[in-house]
Amino acid sequence: MKTPTGNQLTTDLLRPLERTSWRFYLLSAFLGCFVVAGLSAWFYQMYWGFGVTGLLSPIFWGFFITDFVFWIGISHAGTLISAILRLVNAGWRRPVTRCAEVITAFALMIGGLFPIIHLGRPWLFFWLLPYPSRRLIWPNFRSPLVWDFFAITGYLTGSLLFLFLPMIPDFAIVRDRSTGLRKKIYGVLALGWRGTTSQWHRLESAMQIMAVAIIPVAVSVHTIVSFDFSMAPVPMWHSTIFGPYFVAGAIFSGIAGLIIAMAVLRKTLHLQDYLHPVHFENLGKLLLTMSLLWGYFVFNERLATWYGNDPAEMAVFRVTQSGSFAPLFWTMVICNFLLPVIILGIRRTRTIAGCVIASFGVCVGMWLERFLIVVPTLGHKYLPFTWASYRPRPTEIIITTATFAAMVLLYTLFAKFVPIIAIWEMKAGEHPSPDMTPQATAEHRLGDMHA
Amino acid sequence: MKAIYALYSAGQDAQRAVNGLRQAGVGDDQITVITVAPMEDFEFSHIGSKNRQWYAACAGGLVGLLFGTWLTRFTELDWPLNTGGMPIVAWWPNLIIMFELTMLGAIVANVGTLLVGAGLLRRRPVLHDPEVSNGKILVGVENPSEANRPALERALSVGTDFQLKTL
Repeated sequence: MKTPTGNQLTTDLLRPLERTSWRFYLLSAFLGCFVVAGLSAWFYQMYWGFGVTGLLSPIFWGFFITDFVFWIGISHAGTLISAILRLVNAGWRRPVTRCAEVITAFALMIGGLFPIIHLGRPWLFFWLLPYPSRRLIWPNFRSPLVWDFFAITGYLTGSLLFLFLPMIPDFAIVRDRSTGLRKKIYGVLALGWRGTTSQWHRLESAMQIMAVAIIPVAVSVHTIVSFDFSMAPVPMWHSTIFGPYFVAGAIFSGIAGLIIAMAVLRKTLHLQDYLHPVHFENLGKLLLTMSLLWGYFVFNERLATWYGNDPAEMAVFRVTQSGSFAPLFWTMVICNFLLPVIILGIRRTRTIAGCVIASFGVCVGMWLERFLIVVPTLGHKYLPFTWASYRPRPTEIIITTATFAAMVLLYTLFAKFVPIIAIWEMKAGEHPSPDMTPQATAEHRLGDMHA
Repeated sequence: MKAIYALYSAGQDAQRAVNGLRQAGVGDDQITVITVAPMEDFEFSHIGSKNRQWYAACAGGLVGLLFGTWLTRFTELDWPLNTGGMPIVAWWPNLIIMFELTMLGAIVANVGTLLVGAGLLRRRPVLHDPEVSNGKILVGVENPSEANRPALERALSVGTDFQLKTL
């Protein structure tokens, strides 16, 4: 399967920007309704207080923190995958990178919103900022919640810039091909880009540096999210494995999110000539690897707890594995391990459809995993006297649903106004540097394998 | 701004034009080549390849590290709080803040250097032709001397598919 080149490529990738179908408006309105419902639920919660949620002592973290960890995890795919593929100069990355980077930007925005939703008085969120309060007390830098602030804002800033920089040349293409108001808007966004050789070299250098910088930041972000749990001496949280376990889980769910997004884009924007089966196959293999790694971490965590036989830890262990949370636990194991390993382990089923089914399973499984980390432990701490259960209320369910709708809506709007595949990167692939492109990479670049 | 330039469809013609300009005594720093994407398989794409992005990013990282060190240490000493038996200046957790600010410093410096170094956000008129976005390759010279114009026109008139233009 050959990828179109030259003007055909530009025309194909700019088509969603130039033509708007009624389906776009219908979908936007549909998703917008969910977002409005979510915002209404949030305002309702602000007005009536946290009593409208299912959050009661001792379970103060429920759906909201589950969603926070889940969305931060989803955000990992984009920038991390894109950065790694850029650094190794993998030619097949070209149609994938922007699809991935957008996920990071939006998932981080949504994820970063949850600690604020979780505040009783969200308008005081600025108390998290490092500034001296009225009593001249600075935030406590020994608190993992302050680490979160630095990690997430740093990662969000880096990810937005990592997404924006390679969009500049594409904005210039849209600017040069449009008229009127559209030309003005894209002219501003293009920042006066011309495409001189010096500009290209600087942009490529800048992207290399961003890739080098963003990988450790991405790893640190989810490690720090895991520190929110593991820094507390709480059963099944206080574990040294939590950092890498969370990072692996984040990459795992992020890849799943990316595969789903790519499949939807391929179908709805008719990008079959650009997103080839080989892209899904490669990402499917990566998803399979992460599934095995996830299984390895869960086994490690469970074995160490079981072998240690600490009464407090075993209480959480039992309630998740054979108690009231067992249905969720085993659903998680099926979705995160059995389903991907079976579907993606067999080459015949590692098709686009197979990858998408496995990815949906992983998304469900990873959300359940976050939930099972947060809730059973809080409900079964050291003293049985304090044990409790948690039942989410409509407010939390509506807000959670709305964030999924918000993610799809933001992605839809982005694909409407920005070429979802980097035009200049695709064209650059037609002129690879003889020094930089090994033969094997060139082979992958064409997307001919297994087509 | 005055300029003389030509638009080419083929990279080979653009390369020949660049070679011609060099033979006419025009230095690489005066030759402008504009493309819709990097064309690294042609020699002309290596014009202006040297930049100081890495140095700027490292310097930004260093500034971020120093700021992070100052911020954590200063604030902890400014209002000493005993938290969980940890020392007042607790380096282990401080390292997290210092690391994040180091990387943020590097990223911001990197982007700032790109914006300034690549001449983005500049408002002065520059040599550009929208045809580049349709795949044409622009090779030209900005502010050429009048005496040199005929030689430049000859150098740029290569191949069969080109458009010679002046500003």
